[in-house]
Amino acid sequence: MSALIEARGLAVSVGGHVVCRDLGFALAAGERLAILGRNGAGKSTLLSVLAGLRPADAGEVRLGGETYAALGPRAAAQRRGWLPQRHGDAFASSVLETALTGRHPHLGRWDWESKRDAEIARTAIAAVGLAGMEQRDVQTLSGGERQRLAIATLLTQAPPLYLLDEPLAHLDLNHQIAVLDLFAAAARDRCAGVVMVLHEPGLADRYCDRALLVYGDGRCELGACRELLTADRLAELYGHPLKEVESDGRRWFIPA
Amino acid sequence: MPSHRRAVLVLALLVLLGAASFAAALAIGSLSVPLADVVGALLGEPVEHAAIVRELRLPRALAGFACGGLLALAGALMQVLLRNPLADPYVLGISGGAGVGAMFAILLGFAAAGINGLAFLGALAAMFVVFGLAHGDGAWTQTRLLLTGVIVAAGCGALVALMLSIAPEHKLRGMLFWLMGDLSQTGAPWAALAVLAAGFAVSLPFARELNLLARGQDTAQSLGVDVKRLRYAVYGIASLVTAVAVTSAGSIGFVGLVVPHLVRLAIGNDQRLLLPAAVLAGGALLTFADTLARTVVAPQQLPVGVLTALIGVPVFLFLLARHRQ
Repeated sequence: MSALIEARGLAVSVGGHVVCRDLGFALAAGERLAILGRNGAGKSTLLSVLAGLRPADAGEVRLGGETYAALGPRAAAQRRGWLPQRHGDAFASSVLETALTGRHPHLGRWDWESKRDAEIARTAIAAVGLAGMEQRDVQTLSGGERQRLAIATLLTQAPPLYLLDEPLAHLDLNHQIAVLDLFAAAARDRCAGVVMVLHEPGLADRYCDRALLVYGDGRCELGACRELLTADRLAELYGHPLKEVESDGRRWFIPA
Repeated sequence: MPSHRRAVLVLALLVLLGAASFAAALAIGSLSVPLADVVGALLGEPVEHAAIVRELRLPRALAGFACGGLLALAGALMQVLLRNPLADPYVLGISGGAGVGAMFAILLGFAAAGINGLAFLGALAAMFVVFGLAHGDGAWTQTRLLLTGVIVAAGCGALVALMLSIAPEHKLRGMLFWLMGDLSQTGAPWAALAVLAAGFAVSLPFARELNLLARGQDTAQSLGVDVKRLRYAVYGIASLVTAVAVTSAGSIGFVGLVVPHLVRLAIGNDQRLLLPAAVLAGGALLTFADTLARTVVAPQQLPVGVLTALIGVPVFLFLLARHRQ
């Protein structure tokens, strides 16, 4: 079986700044990968290339063995979902309507969202703790609520592969863990693949199998979290000395 | 997603409003025709004043409805394309281009067909210039498109002002009426009605994709919309539809801005409902406004654009004030 997503010889740059050269990896069903790096290293740019939203300088990305060009946008949307970093709502819209947009790739041109689609959306809204807010206008939501709604939209889309750009942005600690648990459950129960841009190496270690370190000078390192995430390497990645502490068998990295 | 019952109710109300606007347009005027006679005239019975209803008022009412519908449709599409609820069909310079063409034709003393022809050419020229300049290297963002359109519109405005200032006295009135938007010189309405039907029929199948485009290009693309193709199509349709409206009635203001906005307040931003509702409401509004325009200071006729602006400005300010709360 082909990998959920596979990158080969990927070269990405943004504004003349090299993010990666010749990056290659494959993600199998049920696997979780964290992307770590400093601000401006190009994590989001890399993720949007993986999501097929911007072209790579070289190399290719394949979903289940097929390129984005071969799949077309609709089939691609049935295979991968993308969580954007920013949510601009130019027009008023209800929470339920917004979550229902996740059903788009599953509906034909003339289909109207069915009761079942609404049920899927309501379940997703409840899963992120927004139950009871279905009729609220998205323009009145707080940053954290809007972020959770974006995650609910992604759950409504229910693709086999999630590409998450800073899924924890704006979230309180309790919601951070709840969201990571949601995607961990999706990986475990539905064999979904997850690639997420994170800022907290301890959470990456706890919730991901592998990590991709983006240094921002074109160097990238990929490996199992257990081996790759060390205080020395992360200190170099973030340009600040770090100390590793262990608590209840979990590793955390705190700024020295 | 508005409930189906509410959607049907709103559309039914708007159909009634459209019918009422036609009844008013056909019955009211320098010579009042009773409604029974209006119906008789439409059914081809030899009633009194049948010719006035059928040959004078009906074509003008149809042209008004078509132009109002075209402008509202174009406005709704432009607002999605630019992701800006304050965009209108003229923001990208289409009416400016048409204005330059029309002023030039009037200056040269062309007849109505020549004025319409040059206005349409001017609108198309503006459409291609804005597209070419904004598209540039392929990354035509909303901001770049908007800025290019505004600049081209400003340039067209300067050319129009130049022609107005060198125009002989006796041509000025015609030029001003054209610029303000006027249905009294409009010919057969069938072309505008056909374009309205075609534009609507082509847009409606993409309505759910438009909903996603309104939420952002990357979001739409990630949910399975071919954003590049859709934006080309929306730009093309909105521009052509605007060009036809402006060619047949001059640049009538505010319909394209206020109608989609009002409809959005009433039924939300689902384009599957918003597009048909905006077409009906725009058509009805312009038909009513034109009836007023030719009766308020009868026997003199006002350019209908003056009335839509007089109605539109306070409505729009009210909406803005409400929005801020």
